[in-house]
Amino acid sequence: MDASAFAPWEDPQAQPLIRFKNVTKSFGTFTAIDDLSLDIFEKEFFALLGPSGCGKTTMMRMLAGFETPTSGVIELAGQDIAPVPPNQRAVNMMFQSYALFPHLSIWDNIAFGLKRDKMPKLDLQERVEAMLKLTRLEQFARRKPHQISGGQRQRVALARSLAKAPKLLLLDEPLGALDKKLRQDTQFELMDIQETTGTTFVIVTHDQEEAMTVASRVAVMDHGRIIQADTPDRIYESPNSVYVADFIGDVNIIQGQANPGEGDGYRLFWTEGQPPLIANSTKSFSAGQTCHLAIRPEKVTISAERPEDAANAVRGKVLDIAYLGNLSTYHVELPNGLVIKAQTANTRRISRRSFTWEDPVWLSWTATAGVLLAN
Amino acid sequence: MRRFFLIAVPYAWLLVLFLIPFVIVLKISLSDTELAIPPYTPTLDLSQGWAGIREFFAGLDLENFVWLTEDDLYWKAYLSSLWIATCSTILTLLIGFPIAYGMARSPEQWRATLMMLVILPFWTSFLIRVYAWMGILSQEGFLNQFLLWIGIIDSPLTILNTNTAVYIGIVYTYLPFMILPIYAALDRLDGSLIEAAEDLGCSRLMAFWLVTLPLSRPGIIAGCFLVFIPALGEFVIPSLLGGSGTLMIGKVLWEEFFSNRDWPVASAVAVVLLLILVIPIVLFQRNQQKQQEADQ
Ligand SMILES: Nc1ncnc2c1ncn2[C@@H]1O[C@H](COP(=O)(O)OP(=O)(O)OP(=O)(O)O)[C@@H](O)[C@H]1O
Ligand SMILES: [Mg+2]
Repeated sequence: MDASAFAPWEDPQAQPLIRFKNVTKSFGTFTAIDDLSLDIFEKEFFALLGPSGCGKTTMMRMLAGFETPTSGVIELAGQDIAPVPPNQRAVNMMFQSYALFPHLSIWDNIAFGLKRDKMPKLDLQERVEAMLKLTRLEQFARRKPHQISGGQRQRVALARSLAKAPKLLLLDEPLGALDKKLRQDTQFELMDIQETTGTTFVIVTHDQEEAMTVASRVAVMDHGRIIQADTPDRIYESPNSVYVADFIGDVNIIQGQANPGEGDGYRLFWTEGQPPLIANSTKSFSAGQTCHLAIRPEKVTISAERPEDAANAVRGKVLDIAYLGNLSTYHVELPNGLVIKAQTANTRRISRRSFTWEDPVWLSWTATAGVLLAN
Repeated sequence: MRRFFLIAVPYAWLLVLFLIPFVIVLKISLSDTELAIPPYTPTLDLSQGWAGIREFFAGLDLENFVWLTEDDLYWKAYLSSLWIATCSTILTLLIGFPIAYGMARSPEQWRATLMMLVILPFWTSFLIRVYAWMGILSQEGFLNQFLLWIGIIDSPLTILNTNTAVYIGIVYTYLPFMILPIYAALDRLDGSLIEAAEDLGCSRLMAFWLVTLPLSRPGIIAGCFLVFIPALGEFVIPSLLGGSGTLMIGKVLWEEFFSNRDWPVASAVAVVLLLILVIPIVLFQRNQQKQQEADQ
């Protein structure tokens, strides 16, 4: 998919398929969704990411029609969906708990929704077989849900929600119980289905890599709010807050006072007796404002000598080394006690690596490597 | 060895409480009446040794069972009992299911109270409750007074001493036995299954029919057995609430036993009643087992 071509969220004229307008959902005194506004466009693959209990499932359930917003409006294709009962919404949901019918075979579970549509028998059989094939469940078709494994059950739930080819598909952690290989295969299948059918997907996942791979946009949630909804690369490269930066991937956060320099450059005074760090920022900060420099470990270079031309260079000593196979992460302690992570590719064998514990090293990065964040 | 003991306990229980009494009843049903104590012959006289045992077995015959087929009172009573038990089981189900459903759907904090209310009648004597129904259903009873007062009827209805009163009595008495197993089944039912059914295009009613009902089937079956079996042999309700026209096998049995003092015929009636009950249960269980095997 050409990412630059498909970006309806940047087009002010585009009509969203789903629109949350100031939606709040409370359970008693607890606010699960807090004044949330969001547009999701047709043919999007929209991923919801966030810590447990932040309200992802609740959002899905409101879209499917099992919860009604306490206040605010949810529109589907321009229509307020509040009065439409779940069985009349062109929406199918894959439940986090799978919700397979225990008294029906795998085959009948998948056929359940198709039968409600009075699909002709031959078409129905063909469709169910196709779904079984897609999820590699052919040999389990006659079994009951309690006779298959957890991962297989998850695939049945996925197949059942895909079978009706709805306009909007809600997948609540669809691949969590699958092994890595099968998960990647299924991810590609999902993207394939998405491209061939043009279905809009909203998917909840705890796997950032998955969100990054499949999603056209990712929303990072916290306490019933969307903190940032953006394309995966923007979420990663230019998070709008420390929370998002910290939630997605690994990050070093250096706190200090910003001082405007020339152009969009800022000097960050971060500790006594050390030169300020240089960072460029498109956002503006007033002199002396407290801010945070978020910088990804892979953008920090580690070296024995001070690099000549680096915009930022700090001294430290190696505290710990995490070996990840293809990568190594060095935990380097700076003189003020702050620990910075630096990641390098392991191009040499481990026995020949250049640094070891307690070695004095230099960390360096460019002025554009990090992002300055106010909070 | 441990396994042996685990199995031995329920079997010993069955032996003592079911098989031995049954063998005694079966023996009496094969005997003849006599004006004596006990009121039947032969009795086993072990002091005479082998000859006594042989004489004992020679005295047994199927006369009483033949008698049951000759007098049409008996098979009419069996049929009418089956009919009344079937109808009242269906009625109990029709009333009990919605109650159980309502209980399972009620807010968590209410359920314990509702359960209490269902069981509460057991705290008073069964006989007193049946007598209370006599007071309610009689010509001058509360029900007639109430209906007259609100003006639905002009003259009191005759309910007591009819089959209607028997139905009311049975449904009232056995309702908890229907509610509790169905409630247990519905309570276990995962609410997200109904949501999934609706999500896939079912209306509420359809979801009930396709998901709730099949999943509560074990509870429904258990409830039906728990009502049908005791209702079939019911004696107190038809004799207190029913009229002279109410024919139930429990009543016939009682009369043979206590009024006619014909223990052998009464025992034969009991044995046949047991067979009527056991055969469908065995068939049903075999069917159930086959289905389970097919599922594997
Ligand atoms: N029916 C309910 N009654 C009361 N509180 C609820 C109800 N449903 C959800 N909540 C609360 O709302 C919050 C959001 O729940 P939700 O299921 O949306 O979380 P989630 O983001 O899907 O979490 P997870 O990743 O663990 O699935 C949670 O704190 C939860 O306890
Ligand atoms: Mg959830």
